[in-house]
Amino acid sequence: MTEVRTYRRPMSIWWWTKKRSYFVFVMRELSSIFVAWFVVFLLLLVRAVGRGGAAYDDFLDWAASPGIVVLNFIAMGFLLLHTVTWFNLTPQAMAVRVHGRPVPPAVVIASQYVGLVVVSAFVYWLVTR
Amino acid sequence: MPDSIRLEVTRYRPDTDSEPQRQEYDVPLRKEWTVLDGLNHVKNEVDTTLSFRWSCRMGICGSCGMNVDGEPKLTCATFLTDYAPGPVRVEPLANFPVVRDLVVDLFDFMERLPRVKPWIIRDDDVTEVDGEYLQTPEELDAYKQFSMCINCMLCYSACPVYGLDPTFIGPAAIALAERYDLDSRDHGARERLDVLIEHEGVWGCTFVGECTRVCPKHVDPAGAIQRYKLKAAKESVKAFLLPRGTR
Amino acid sequence: MTKRRVEPLVWLMFSGGGVMAAVFLPILAFLFALAIPLGWVARPDHVHLLAVVGHPVTLVVLLGMFVLMLVHSAHRFRYTLYDGLQVKRKTFTAVLCYGAAFIGSIAAVNVLARLA
Repeated sequence: MTEVRTYRRPMSIWWWTKKRSYFVFVMRELSSIFVAWFVVFLLLLVRAVGRGGAAYDDFLDWAASPGIVVLNFIAMGFLLLHTVTWFNLTPQAMAVRVHGRPVPPAVVIASQYVGLVVVSAFVYWLVTR
Repeated sequence: MPDSIRLEVTRYRPDTDSEPQRQEYDVPLRKEWTVLDGLNHVKNEVDTTLSFRWSCRMGICGSCGMNVDGEPKLTCATFLTDYAPGPVRVEPLANFPVVRDLVVDLFDFMERLPRVKPWIIRDDDVTEVDGEYLQTPEELDAYKQFSMCINCMLCYSACPVYGLDPTFIGPAAIALAERYDLDSRDHGARERLDVLIEHEGVWGCTFVGECTRVCPKHVDPAGAIQRYKLKAAKESVKAFLLPRGTR
Repeated sequence: MTKRRVEPLVWLMFSGGGVMAAVFLPILAFLFALAIPLGWVARPDHVHLLAVVGHPVTLVVLLGMFVLMLVHSAHRFRYTLYDGLQVKRKTFTAVLCYGAAFIGSIAAVNVLARLA
């Protein structure tokens, strides 16, 4: 058999900038950095709460400083991208069945938003009560 | 409407070219002409040395897949008028080695397809000699969409994970495994899971979702892969929790 | 028999963390990172917040949530390094990412245990 000389095209490191859907994908994956940041932020908050009223006030003043506010606005944008994409992909990732019948994707997505609203309302009530 | 459109076709002649080149051809722009019709016009009337694969011209054989303006497409189902006034970039399917011009090497896929055992596996001795395997319309519906795959490789071409790591088994093969898993006549789910739970099975997939988006037959490989992850996770949790013998 | 593999369990934690980050994190981040520091919502009283956070149920929920979300981030970022930036040193990035999640989890246990 004769050896066929094939050409392998190298994949550019910027492949994800060449198509909108690839770019959205990489942004979605980068949301992981901001999820981790919020975990660190909340841990610092919990630590401050544990240390007493003065430490708690100091933490909130620090959280109101311009640099942190800008960072948190950006992080919030990425977090919402995570929430929306996660909810949208759920019906594809798992076939939900109730009483043996498949649940339509729109219903699965909508019920997750209902869950988000219920959880958010509960947390809001718990914190501000 | 202008009466012609320019095709920017990638050429690669392994005997003379060290890397692919671009060649331009002007072809008639007609309402009913597809990109494949344009290429056939070039082959018949302009440049007989141009190489590309095609067969059925009706979206069934799956051999005319190419990247058209950077998107993997069946060229027999992609109309030139949608790209007017042009030019239209026609390249070989991404992520595969190029054999010549628009022809790519599919050896990788051919080698790994049988690994997921895409055929009906029975754990009893019933064979077709004993009669048909009966199936209800509902049981048919369960896997029908996954059986529409025509192995056109558009999903592999759209998958950056396959492009970056060619050991990844890839979208179509995993969708075909799911097709047989969902078949009521089949008992081979465990055997396929044992293959797909391996490192080069489903774990490389990061759910980009492009495989599903480009599929001309509306198969959902991305969904199949995520569902395999869930199946693998369930089995693994069982394996960790239950004592040997009961599983 | 299925071999015992670690990938499915890591993926399960990744998914769990993804759900937590999608459902619980938006309101927590909105309240404590934006609304309260910027004065859109009145500062909750410290005594009240301490009682809420120090409740055993809250502590367990927060710990589970923090650990899962850290694994989620580590897992996703590891693949982003590999796919997006083509960092091909697989073992190195895995150790780095999951290691960071592990250290973060230890820190979470530490912080939350002080409140218990």
